[in-house]
Amino acid sequence: MTRTIPVPANNRGLRRSAKKRSRALKPWYTNTSLVAGMIVIGLLIFVAVFAPILTPYDPIQQDLRHALQDPSAAHWFGTDKYGRDILTRLLWGTRVDLRIGFLSVIIPFVFGSILGALAGYFGGWFDTLVMRIVDVFFAFPFLVMVIVLVFILGSGEASIYLAIAAVSWVAYTKIVRGEVIVAKELDYVVGARLSGMSHARVLFRHIGPNVLSQSIIYGMSDIVMNIMGVVTLGYLGLGIAPPTAEWGSMILDGQEFITSHWLQATLPGLLVVVTSLGVSWLGDGLSEQLSPERRK
Amino acid sequence: MLQRLSFIPVRLIQAIPVVFGVTLVVFLMAHLLPGDPATAILGDKATPATIAALRTQLGLDQPIWNQYGLFVSHLFQGDLGTSFTYQRPVVEIVLAAIPVTLSLVAYSLTLALIIAIPLAAIAATAPNRGRDIVVRIYTLIGQGMPQFWVGIMLILILAVNLRLFPVGGYGNTALEHLYYLFLPALTLGIALTPTIIRSLRSSTIDVLGSEYVATARSKGSAGVTLFRHHVLRNAAIPTVSVIGVTMGYLVGGSIVIEKVFAIPGLGSLMLNSIFTRDFPTIQAVTLFVGLFVVGVGILTDLTYTLLDPRVNLTGSVRS
Repeated sequence: MTRTIPVPANNRGLRRSAKKRSRALKPWYTNTSLVAGMIVIGLLIFVAVFAPILTPYDPIQQDLRHALQDPSAAHWFGTDKYGRDILTRLLWGTRVDLRIGFLSVIIPFVFGSILGALAGYFGGWFDTLVMRIVDVFFAFPFLVMVIVLVFILGSGEASIYLAIAAVSWVAYTKIVRGEVIVAKELDYVVGARLSGMSHARVLFRHIGPNVLSQSIIYGMSDIVMNIMGVVTLGYLGLGIAPPTAEWGSMILDGQEFITSHWLQATLPGLLVVVTSLGVSWLGDGLSEQLSPERRK
Repeated sequence: MLQRLSFIPVRLIQAIPVVFGVTLVVFLMAHLLPGDPATAILGDKATPATIAALRTQLGLDQPIWNQYGLFVSHLFQGDLGTSFTYQRPVVEIVLAAIPVTLSLVAYSLTLALIIAIPLAAIAATAPNRGRDIVVRIYTLIGQGMPQFWVGIMLILILAVNLRLFPVGGYGNTALEHLYYLFLPALTLGIALTPTIIRSLRSSTIDVLGSEYVATARSKGSAGVTLFRHHVLRNAAIPTVSVIGVTMGYLVGGSIVIEKVFAIPGLGSLMLNSIFTRDFPTIQAVTLFVGLFVVGVGILTDLTYTLLDPRVNLTGSVRS
C-alpha cells in the first residue's frame, strides 16, 4: 500500500482536478438529511453509552411491590409486571438493539461486496455459479430464514449475527456485481489493466472505491431491516433471552397489558420508529453526499 | 400475443436450478443442527428406538448425496415426513394452513394497493409541494415501523378502544374470514405501502412528463380519466416487479402477524413447530415459502410481459 508507482503526467493532472472538485463539494453540514440523521443517531448512541448514569434504576432487578405502576414522578413511564422502570429498560434496550442492528451489517457487507466484485470482474462460470446461489437465497424471505437459522443455531447474540449474515450478503453481492460489470468497461479501468497492474490491484484499488457507494447506501437500509429483525425475534421470544432489556421482548411483555397499560407496548415501538428514521435520514444524506451531482 | 407468451417455457426451465437449490438449502438445514440430525430433530426426550427409526427414515447411515437423493425422491412423492407434534403427514398439515396464509397475503396486497395508489397519485401530481411532502413523511415513518407493533397498535385503537374489530382469530364462514382478517391484512398492507408508493410515485412523475400525456391533455383529458386511461397502466409497469419482489417480504411478515392475531396459517404453524422443535414441519413450511417466492417471480415476469408490449422474449426492454 505504501509503495508508490510512478504516475504518468496526465494522470497527475487528473488527480489535481479531482482534488479541486472535492474542494468544491458543498460542505456536509448543509446536507439536511445527513445532519438530521447524525443528530438522531448521535442522541441514541449517547443514551446507549450513558444509560447507567441517566437513570437510577436497574433494568433487570425485580421489585414486585412496585409492579405495574402508572406513570409518576419516580417512574416517568411506569413500571412493568416485575416492577422494573420502563424508561430504564427502554434506555438499556438501546444498547442491545442499536449494537446488533449496526454490527450485523459488517459481515454481509464485506463478504457480499467482495464476492460480488469477484463475480462481476471475472464473469464466466464463477459469475454464473455465484448468481445462481444468490437466486436461491433470494427465494427465502429475510424473516423466515432468520427465524429458522436462529432456531437451528440456538438463541443468543452470536446466532443472530450469523443468521443475518447468512441471509443478507446476497443483496450486496448483487449490487456490487452490477456496478463492477459497468465499471470494468470504463476507460480508467481498461487503462489500469493495460499499464500492467494485477487483477487484484485493479479490482480493489481502482474499481472498489468507485463501486462501494451503492453498497454503503444499501447498508443503511439494511441496518433498518436488521433492527426490525432483532426486534421481531425478541417479540417472538427467539432473540435476546430475558431478562435483558430489549425493545422487541418489551413489546411482547407489554402486549399482555395492552388494555390497562398501553404505554408499555407502545413506547419501545416508537423508539424503533425513531431509530429507523435516523438511520434512513443518515442513508439519504450519505447517498446525496456520495452522488456526483452534489459536486457542483 | 402468442409469440410473447412463448418465453414462458424458457423462464420455467431457468427456474429449475433455483428450485433444486431451494430444496438443497432446506435439506441442509437438518445438517446445520448441532450434533446428530436425528437426535437434534427429536430432542433429548427421544428414545433410542425412535432415533434409530428416524436415522433410517432420513438415510443418515448413507453418504450425504444419497441422503439428498432420498430427500428429493420423497419430495416428489409428496412425502416430507411425519410431524412429531401432530403425528400426521407434514404435507397434510401444511396444505391445510396454506389457504389461510395465501388469503391473508392477497387481502394485504389488495388493501396496500387501495391505500398506495391514491397516495402515490396525490404525491406525484404535486412533486415537492405540501401534499407530496406529507406522503413522503408517511413512507419514511411507515418503513420504520415494526409490523407486529403496527398490529398491536391497530388492536389497541380499533379493537380494544373502538371495538370495531375482533382482537384476533379467523372466524368460520367466508364473510367472517373477511372480517377477522381485516386488521391483520391492514397491518401487512400498511407495511407494504411505503415501497409501492415510492415506486409508483416516481414512475407516475415520469409518465406525467411524457409526450403522450401532454397529447392526451391537449385533447382535453384530465383528472381521473387521464389517470385511468393514460397514466396508471404505464406507471404500474415498474411497480409490478417491485410488488413481485416484496411478496417474499409479505410472506415473511405474515408469519409474525399470524402470531399477533392468532390466525391458524403457515406462520403460526411454523412458530409453534419451532417451540415444540417439530423439525419436519419447520422444513416443510420453509420449503413451501421458498417455492412460493420462486413461483411469484415467474408470475411477475409474466405479468410484466403482458402489461408492457415492449418487453421482448429475453426480458429486455426495447427503447
